[in-house]
Amino acid sequence: MPNEVLTGAQAIVRSLELLGVDTIFGLPGGAILPTYDPLMDSKKIRHILVRHEQGAGHAAEGYASASGKLGVCIATSGPGATNLVTAIADAHMDSVPMLAITGQVPSTHIGTDAFQEADIVGITMPITKHSFLVTRAEDIPGVIAAAIQIATTGRPGPVLVDVAKDAQNQKAEFIWPPVIDLPGYKPTTKAHGKQIAAAADLILASKKPVLYIGGGSIRAGAHKELLKIAELTGAPAVTTLMARGALPDTHPQNLGMPGMHGTVPAVTALQKSDLLITLGARFDDRVTGDAKSFAKGAKVIHIDIDPAEIGKIRHADVPIVGDLKEVLQELNAELETKTKGKKPDLKEWWEFVNGLKTRYPLGYDWPDDGMLSPQYVIERIGELSGPEAIFAAGVGQHQMWSAQFIKYERPNSWLNSGGAGTMGYSVPAAMGAKVAQPERLVWAIDGDGCFQMTNQELATCTINDIPIKVAIINNSSLGMVRQWQSLFYNGRYSNTDLHTGQDSIMIPDFLKLADAYGCLGIRVTKKEEVDAAIKLAMETNDKPVVIDFVVGKDAMVWPMVPAGLSNDEVQFAKDAAPVWDGQE
Amino acid sequence: MSRHVLSLLVEDKPGLLTRVAGLFARRAFNIESLAVGVSEIDGLSRITVVVQVEGLALEQITKQLNKLVNVIKIVELEPDLAVQRDHFLIKVKTDAATRSQVLEAVDLFRAKVIDVVADALIIEITGDASKCQAFVKVLEPFGIKELVQSGVLAMGRGSKSISEKISK
Repeated sequence: MPNEVLTGAQAIVRSLELLGVDTIFGLPGGAILPTYDPLMDSKKIRHILVRHEQGAGHAAEGYASASGKLGVCIATSGPGATNLVTAIADAHMDSVPMLAITGQVPSTHIGTDAFQEADIVGITMPITKHSFLVTRAEDIPGVIAAAIQIATTGRPGPVLVDVAKDAQNQKAEFIWPPVIDLPGYKPTTKAHGKQIAAAADLILASKKPVLYIGGGSIRAGAHKELLKIAELTGAPAVTTLMARGALPDTHPQNLGMPGMHGTVPAVTALQKSDLLITLGARFDDRVTGDAKSFAKGAKVIHIDIDPAEIGKIRHADVPIVGDLKEVLQELNAELETKTKGKKPDLKEWWEFVNGLKTRYPLGYDWPDDGMLSPQYVIERIGELSGPEAIFAAGVGQHQMWSAQFIKYERPNSWLNSGGAGTMGYSVPAAMGAKVAQPERLVWAIDGDGCFQMTNQELATCTINDIPIKVAIINNSSLGMVRQWQSLFYNGRYSNTDLHTGQDSIMIPDFLKLADAYGCLGIRVTKKEEVDAAIKLAMETNDKPVVIDFVVGKDAMVWPMVPAGLSNDEVQFAKDAAPVWDGQE
Repeated sequence: MSRHVLSLLVEDKPGLLTRVAGLFARRAFNIESLAVGVSEIDGLSRITVVVQVEGLALEQITKQLNKLVNVIKIVELEPDLAVQRDHFLIKVKTDAATRSQVLEAVDLFRAKVIDVVADALIIEITGDASKCQAFVKVLEPFGIKELVQSGVLAMGRGSKSISEKISK
């Protein structure tokens, strides 16, 4: 039978269907119009029309991060494509598997400064895992298949496919399966046997090991293997901002989040460790503080799918390139053989670590001004929603508090913009997560600043029956910036007052905004109203809910290691550093 | 800082050079020279890049380059185990009085005159960087009007080729 002849546009839709894509977030325009026509007829793909392309990008990220599947977004040429840039950069930093499809002006017009022309392949080159410009219809199936393979394998990341309008309109034979020709792309997934043995030996010789668990463990789906290595080693574990939920917070060995706003036990255990068992983590500056003084006495086992992460910041004594799930299975087997069921003796190490846990638990003070405590609000959202919910945060103080005070018990339940720190991530990411996992309760925990960057997607949520819950932690300011101004700029609050909260003109009025978007709006100003509001939000599923939690603006995120300083300088509250019993 | 010569076998795709050059720029690696052209295999190009790096940066450069989907193979060419050649075109001022001195230098360096007019010569010279630079020094007093160079070309000595180990 001869092959079917399809337009390039039909080939895009067909290829996506055949590769299992069921959801696309996007917004049409001139150069992508041909593709939107067959998209309308697709029975397999749900297209969700966003209000801004950045929303499509973050929604695709949220969809991917909540489900572990590929997220797909689509936009037109020029400004449509450039509006995706922030979300693509975000996905690149956090290794989110994402396919971005953009329309491009006809190939005959490329390079002429045509209407809505932008060199989006050039613009996104530094922030994509790879990118393609397609100018011939017959190349489409192969490129789409290659793009998805690259986005979802090895270290995941965003891949851009830019399709010229004439390539969408031309007809070509649709040949399936296509030939994927990627001679230079061969991610290493299986570890070297010798390295596994060397890692096991280091672990068994260590007196003060720490499992340093990063976001790669979630992308690798390695949570079962993490539980196993935790059990086999008996070592304290830390879960980075990107890895919250990779190991349950209720696990007795989990010390919580390390880094700039990490718990004192997590930060200090890393500092005093003699062996970092690094699992899909990348020694980010927000984790290490001053890298030269980070965990100076520790040897390093570094397991990562991306060879370039190994040795980038910190020398690895035992480097292992591979898929974390597979590598851990082998390493666990090796440890089981070598320990013969006997856990290493870490009694002294645990005495030290437990001392830290007792003396420096995570906590917060109620603000002096009688206002609502933002930490309390976030803690209650976590407690009332439970571990099966999904929490997507924006960026800033509320993000750190959400990472600290919500207890995560499963991977993919905590979504945030860790590497890029993109304000405005929360609402569209929560939207994407709710689409991916409609049966789950999905919270967007947002700041008043972040919320004003992407709240237009509430229209998308209301119209498309995507009932997310938005908790605005409204401290009337760009809170994290304000915190730094309080601490490092003598309280000179340059351009951080947003006038959205208590004792301000409250512009915009978030209740009216919620109402305008067809959402249920609730305002909470007192502690005794918090639970009722959260419960009402959880019970309301016929529309999105926006809760305006009007909180104090002086609350700060603690503990904190000031930027650029050594993690030895961790402070658990303002002007309060831990005391080391004269040990140091 | 140390100098290293990397030889890359890459897919000949649009934007490839931008991807390689952009990677060096955004990761703050310094390129001393870059030479690109087709290789012996259809669809594959060969890039010779000379970098100046400190400490462990070379490993990081190689790893980051390897992550580029269109890069197929990278080898570092050790100076002792490879030939390295620069190619220079030099336009030098001459007149009746100086021409013979310039030609003498051309002979000494085994360079070649490839264009002659009354008041200038174009000379080509091929060799390692130190030889070419020494030649430029000799010509400087006569007045160099223009100089173009190729960037380093390098190839491993012996019968093995860079493409032999790639699995097709």
